[in-house]
Amino acid sequence: MTSVLFDAPGPKARRASLIASIVSAVALIALFGWIIATLAAPRTGPGGVTLPGAFDPSRWDIFLDRAVWRTIWGGVLGTLRAAGLAAVLAIIIGVILSLFRSSRTRWITVPVAIVLEFLRGVPVLLMMLFILLVLSTGQYWAVVWALAVYNGAIIGEALRAGLDSLPRGQREAGLSIGLSPLATRMRIEYPQAVRQMTPIIVAQLVVLLKDTSLGYIVGYSEVLRVMMNNLSSFYGNRYLFSLFFVCLGIYLAINFIVSAIARFLSKRLA
Amino acid sequence: MSAVLANLPAFLEGFRMTLVLLAVSGGGALVLGTIVAVMRVSPVATLRWLATGYTELFRNTPLTLVFAFFVFVVPTLGVRVDFIWLALVSLTLYTSPFVAEAIRSGINGVPVGQAEAARSIGLGFGQTLGLVILPQALRMSVPPLINVLIALTKNTSVAGGFFIVELVATGRQLANANGNAVIPILLAVAAFYLVITITLGLVAGRVESKVRVLR
Repeated sequence: MTSVLFDAPGPKARRASLIASIVSAVALIALFGWIIATLAAPRTGPGGVTLPGAFDPSRWDIFLDRAVWRTIWGGVLGTLRAAGLAAVLAIIIGVILSLFRSSRTRWITVPVAIVLEFLRGVPVLLMMLFILLVLSTGQYWAVVWALAVYNGAIIGEALRAGLDSLPRGQREAGLSIGLSPLATRMRIEYPQAVRQMTPIIVAQLVVLLKDTSLGYIVGYSEVLRVMMNNLSSFYGNRYLFSLFFVCLGIYLAINFIVSAIARFLSKRLA
Repeated sequence: MSAVLANLPAFLEGFRMTLVLLAVSGGGALVLGTIVAVMRVSPVATLRWLATGYTELFRNTPLTLVFAFFVFVVPTLGVRVDFIWLALVSLTLYTSPFVAEAIRSGINGVPVGQAEAARSIGLGFGQTLGLVILPQALRMSVPPLINVLIALTKNTSVAGGFFIVELVATGRQLANANGNAVIPILLAVAAFYLVITITLGLVAGRVESKVRVLR
């Protein structure tokens, strides 16, 4: 919280901000109440069919069925399988790209810089389509390779920035004790660059996890497709709302767990 | 190559749609994001919590899921509007927390002395924020904001999966129609995106050196 903007408030200011707080809280509660009441009201569709309100048990009862949860779990596994493999590949690609990018030879750095610029400027979805249509690898590998290459390019740039920000003495010291240039890079510079860039790399891995949902568009059965497409076509549109909410909850849970692990790791590494 | 040239009007139509998505939702996200950022640093606790919750919620939700909500769920709630509006709302809501974070980091980057000086000459909260802090914070936020816009450019492609015919959807249709020229068609789509993203990158460099606060 910034204390830059205002002084420690006096009694009058505190009262004013308390009143403002209460007023806006009341307004918010009224707004949420209105939204919930609107959702809970029964609704007549264009075809003259009356649906019960969004919180009616008849619109949530599929979640009592074990088979539904097994299907959802299959979707979650699909998401995690794609994200896990893509994350490993992205880090490997990132390390290789940053190695080339920070090379001393212009014949290597210039083409690699152009490739990086290309990969970072093009949507992941387009890469998925490209791999799917041109290389015909199937949906899973299209999702994995597109995410790996795209995020690898971004991680590569982050690692290069980390390498650039190291004091020059680190490299000179490595070379002067007789390590080869490559050994200096890998054993002296990389460990420091990785440690410095861990927060950025982890944030990018969360983005990668979220982007597996693009598999929905290219037809890969991850959790979003399984819930919003397969289950909702099987059980009917009346469950669309509840399926959406459970799906949102699953994504939030996964992302908060990954973020918590990331915070723990960066504390350990610091 | 001939498949690309023959279908140039279709490409330009898709490009126009991508630009519309970028411009409208980019503008909307800038406005909404600034409001969220101001709420996030305001002295009113409820507004702070609301802005924090909003940011956390949307930053942890995939854009595809936001689209699924607006395109599939919202129409079942009785809202009947054109898909383009649903796409614009999705992109605006998804992008605004990133704008808010960029501006907030700009606000946090303004030295404490600036606010102290503003208050010591008798400016109130609104004046301190509007006349002293935000003009500096917005300038410092320009490079990250342009990065947000570059990300938005690429994110507009998700709309192509939800009934909006922009560049990627155009490319997909043309690739299906011209099975012998899939590679040139998809490369042409990539080229159109690069026109936007590289231009924005160059603008970022220019603007950054122009509006930088000299201290």
